[in-house]
Amino acid sequence: MRYEAPTSTKDAVTLLSRAKGSAFVLAGGSDLLVRMKGGFIEPDLVVDIKRIPALQEIRKTSTGFRIGAAVPCAAMGEHAGLRKAWPGVVEAANLIGSDQIQSRCTVAGNLCNASPAADSVPALVAAKAKAVIAGPKGRRTVPVEKVPAGPGRTTLGKGEFVEAILLPLPKGKTGDAYLRFTPRTEMDIAVCSAGVCLKLGRGGVIEEARVALGAVAPTVVLVPAAAKAIVGTKLDEAALAALTAACEAACAPIDDKRGTVEFRTEVAGVLARRAAKIAYQRAGG
Amino acid sequence: MSHDASLTNRNFKVVGTRVPRPDGVDKVTGRARYGADATAPGQLVGMILRSPHAHALIRSIDTSKAEALPGVKAVITSADLPDKVNGRRDLLDILENCMARGRALYDGHAVAAVAAIDAETAKQALKLIKIDYKVLPHVTDVDEAMQEGAPIVQPWVRTAGGDPNKETNVSQISEFGHGDVEAGFAEADVVIERSYKTEQTHQGYIEPHACLASVGPDGQGELWVTTQGHYTFRNQCAELLGMEIAKLKVTSSEIGGGFGGKTHVWMEPVALALSRKANRPVKLVMTRDEVFRATGPTCSTSIDVKIGVKRDGRITGAKAVLRYQDGAFPGIWGMLGAMTSWACYDLPNVKSIAYDVLVNRPKVAAYRAPSAPMAAFAVESTMDIVAGAIGMDPVDFRLLNAAKEGTRASYGPTYGPIGIRATLEAVKNHPQMKVKLKPNQGRGMACGFWFNFGGQTCATVNIGVDGTINVSVGTVDVGGSRASLSLIAAEELGVPYETVKCTIADTASLGHNDTTEGSRGTFSSGMAIIFACRNAIEELRNRAAKTWDIPVQDVHWQDGQAVALGIQHSNLQPLTLAQIAAKSPRTGGPIAGHNEVVADGAGVSFASHICDVEVDPETGATRVLRYAVIQDAGRAIHPDYVEGQFQGAAAQGIGWALNEEYIYGKDGRLQNPGFLDYRIPVCSDLPFIDTQILEIPNPGHPYGIRGVGETSIVPPLAAIGNAVSNAVGVRLTHVPMSPPRILKAIKAERSLAGDRRVSAG
Repeated sequence: MRYEAPTSTKDAVTLLSRAKGSAFVLAGGSDLLVRMKGGFIEPDLVVDIKRIPALQEIRKTSTGFRIGAAVPCAAMGEHAGLRKAWPGVVEAANLIGSDQIQSRCTVAGNLCNASPAADSVPALVAAKAKAVIAGPKGRRTVPVEKVPAGPGRTTLGKGEFVEAILLPLPKGKTGDAYLRFTPRTEMDIAVCSAGVCLKLGRGGVIEEARVALGAVAPTVVLVPAAAKAIVGTKLDEAALAALTAACEAACAPIDDKRGTVEFRTEVAGVLARRAAKIAYQRAGG
Repeated sequence: MSHDASLTNRNFKVVGTRVPRPDGVDKVTGRARYGADATAPGQLVGMILRSPHAHALIRSIDTSKAEALPGVKAVITSADLPDKVNGRRDLLDILENCMARGRALYDGHAVAAVAAIDAETAKQALKLIKIDYKVLPHVTDVDEAMQEGAPIVQPWVRTAGGDPNKETNVSQISEFGHGDVEAGFAEADVVIERSYKTEQTHQGYIEPHACLASVGPDGQGELWVTTQGHYTFRNQCAELLGMEIAKLKVTSSEIGGGFGGKTHVWMEPVALALSRKANRPVKLVMTRDEVFRATGPTCSTSIDVKIGVKRDGRITGAKAVLRYQDGAFPGIWGMLGAMTSWACYDLPNVKSIAYDVLVNRPKVAAYRAPSAPMAAFAVESTMDIVAGAIGMDPVDFRLLNAAKEGTRASYGPTYGPIGIRATLEAVKNHPQMKVKLKPNQGRGMACGFWFNFGGQTCATVNIGVDGTINVSVGTVDVGGSRASLSLIAAEELGVPYETVKCTIADTASLGHNDTTEGSRGTFSSGMAIIFACRNAIEELRNRAAKTWDIPVQDVHWQDGQAVALGIQHSNLQPLTLAQIAAKSPRTGGPIAGHNEVVADGAGVSFASHICDVEVDPETGATRVLRYAVIQDAGRAIHPDYVEGQFQGAAAQGIGWALNEEYIYGKDGRLQNPGFLDYRIPVCSDLPFIDTQILEIPNPGHPYGIRGVGETSIVPPLAAIGNAVSNAVGVRLTHVPMSPPRILKAIKAERSLAGDRRVSAG
C-alpha cells in the first residue's frame, strides 16, 4: 500500500487520477481505517488530504459557510457562528462517534462513505448544503444529496474528491433540526433518522420546508411530499399527521440486524414530526 | 484448630475498610500487562481460519500453498491434534471446539491455523488454505432443534438415559422438585401459565482472548494467557496435547473481564500446537469478531412457567419447563436453570424440567450465575402476573412465599441462615419505592439466587525479614480480590494492610487451584489464607518462645505481636511480627504458612432489585431512571468491591434485558459479531446503580463470607421486564426488550384494545 499526503488539491487530484488499483481518500479515517483493519478493503493507494491547508478550515463567506473536507466535526461544534446559523447540522455532526472520534471524523467523509445511516447527511440535505468536488477537469458544485449513489457508492468520478461542504446563510426566520433513533444513547448507528429545515413567513406560517430521512432507503432521501404537507401551515396537528404519513410513504427500508421495515418506517415518521417541532421553534414559531 | 472453617464472629479491625487496591496504579497508568502484552524473542504471529458455514462437512483441507509461502513457519489442522485422551468425551469436545474434526459445527468454528513471521504473512497464508466444504442443513433455534426431523448437530449424542438408538439434539433431561405439582394446581384458586423466550448474549469482556505460547523440543512449555483459571488451562492443555502437567507452566496475565467466558480454553491448545510445530514462541490474539463467533456466550432459552396460588397468596404449585441451547456441544446449562428457577421460594409442590439442547452455535460457556437470569426472568415475571391476578402487592406476595432457614430448596438441600427475606424487607423500606412515577414510567422488582462455590484452593504466606508479608494465591483476581485477600491476611496476622502484598502465583509456584468461578475467589482463597496465616502464627509463636526461652504454650498472639502470658514472664516485652521476622535467619530460617483445602460450605446468596423505567410509547425506547440492588454478602471484606460487583452485575443484566442479543441470519451465520451491533450499554445508558449490602454471615466460613460476584445479574431481566410491562401496560415475554419488540407489543395491545372497544360497542 502506498500512502501519500499531498499539500495541494491539485496534487491530490493528480495522485488519484493516476492511481492504478484501488485508491482511497483519507480525511479523519474514522470509516476508512476501520474498514482497512477489518480486512474489508485492501487499498493500493491512500491519499491523506489533511495536509492541504485550505481543507482544514471553516470559512465564513458572503454567501455562507465553507467547511473544508478535513475539518473535524468537533471543530464545527466549537464554531459559534456555524452553531448559531445551523444548529441542526452541527448537532448531527456532533452525534457521530465518541469524543475521540469527533476530533477526527469529518462531514465530507461522512457524505462520501455513502452510508444511508450517515448522521450528518439528512441535516445537510435539509439545509440545502452543496459539495465542492475537485477533479481532473477542475471544480464542480453539486447538492450533497447527489454525491451518494447507494450504500458505499458515490457519483464521484476517477480522480475526484470532495474538497468542501458549502452551507448557505439562513434566510429570515429559518430553523433546522436533526433527530436519530439509536437503541443506545451514544456510540451507535442510526436505525433511522430525520433532518428538517423550515423557513417561516408572516404569522408563523411555514413558507419553505425541506425534510430528509436517513436509513430508510439506499441513500438519504429528500421527501418533497413531507415538505408540501407542512408548507402553508403553522405545524398544527393535521399538518404533523400529514407530514408523518408522507414520511412513512417515502420509506423503503430493509429488514436487517439494526431494525425491521415496520419499525424503521414508523419511527422515521415519529422523528420527522419531532424534528419539525424543534425546527419550528428554532425558526421562532 | 487451624482448619476450623466455622464462623468466628468477631470484631474486625481492617476487614470492612475501603483501602486502595494494589493493582490500581498499574491499571490506570497502563503499566498492567494483559493477555496481549507479553513478548518473547523470535515470536511468531498465530492466526486461525474459521468456518463461514453454520454446519458443513470438511471433505478436504489443502495447506500446501500456505506452507510454501515464505515466512510461514507452521500450519496445523485437526490432524496435528490427535486424540491423546483415549476418547474421553468431555476433553475431546474441548479439543474439537478448538479445531474442527471433519465437520464445522458453527459459523466461526476453527478449521486450521498458521504461525508466521508477521501478521501480513499470516493473513495471506490463511487465504491460501483451500477447504472443500459440503454444506449441511443447520439449526440455530432451541425450539426448532427439539422438533422431529431437525438437523442433527452431533450424531453420537443420545439423550442421557434415553433411547440408545435415537439420534437427537437433546443431550440430557434434568428434573428437580418435590411434592405433587398437579395436586398443587388442583388445590389452587388461580393458576397462571406463561411462556418466555430469551436470546443469546455474550459476556462482552473488553479484553479479547490472547496468549503467548512456547513449547520446546524437550517437551517443556510455557503459556502466558488471560484466563480465570490458569491451573485448569494448564491441565486441559497438557492433557489435550499429551504433555506432562508439571512441564507446562501457565502464568495468568491481568484480566480485562471474563465473567465466565475465560473459564474454558478456546485457542490456547492451538497456540501451543503451533509453537511445538514451529519450534518458536507463538502469540495468538483473537479479533472481536472471533470473540463473538467462536468463544462461549450464554444460552438462548425458551421457558414455560405455571404457578397455582390460593386467594390468600400462598403458592400451592409451581412448575417450570426449561429449554436451553448449549451450542454445538453438550452442556449442563439447562440443568442449572432448573436448579435455580424456584430457589427463592418455600414451596410445598414444585417441579422443574430442563432440556439441554444442541444447536449450530458456538459452545456455550459460563456467564455470571450461568443459566439463572433466564429462569428468573420467566419465574419472576409470572410471580408479578400472579400477584396482579390476586390483587396482592408483588413484594408482599414474594415475602409470603420466600424461603427461610430450614426451607427445603427446590433443588434438594435444606437452607441454613439465608438472606432472601431480609432483602425483600429492605425493598419495602427502600426510598426508591416512594418516588412518584410519571406517565409512561413503570416500576418493577425481582429476586435472584445463586449457589456460590468453594472448591480446591491453595495459598502460601511468606514473611519477609522486614516484617512485610507476601501472600501467594492461585485464584485469578477478576474483581479486586487481591485487595480483599490482603485485608484478610492483615486481619488474621494483626498487621497493617499496607505491609501485605498479594500475588497471583503461576502454576509452578503453588498447588492446584480451581478456576475463579462461582464467586469463589475471596471465599475460598480467603479461607486458605486464614489457615495459612494461622500456621505462620504458630511458627511466629515458636520463634518468640525460642527467643525468650519459655514454653510455646505461654506465648499468645495478639494484635500482631507475641505476648508472653503469666506473671512469671511479666518482664518480657511483647515481640512484634517485624521483630520476630528480623531475627528469623538466626532462629530457624524463613517464616511461612501454607494451606491447601477443599473450601466447602459456600453460602448461597440472594438479591432483590428495584427498577424504575420510562418507555417512549412512540419508539419503544426504554430509559432506566433508577435502579437499586440489595444483596446479602455474608461479610463484605472490601465494601467498594462488593458494591462494584453488585453494580457490574446489574449493568450487565440491564444490557441483556434491553438490547444485547446474538442475531443469526437464515444462513446460520452470526450477523452482529462486533460492539456496534451487539449493544452492551455505554455509561450514558445507565443510571447510578444504588447498592445496599446486607450481612447475614455464612456459618461455613471463618469470616462469614459469601460469594458476591454473580447473584445480582439474576434479577435484572425480570425487574426490568416487570417495570417495562407496568410502564406500557403490556406484558413483555421476550428478552431483550429491544425498542422494536416493545413497540410491536404496544401496537398489538392497542389494536386488541380497539377490537375490544368495537365488540363492546
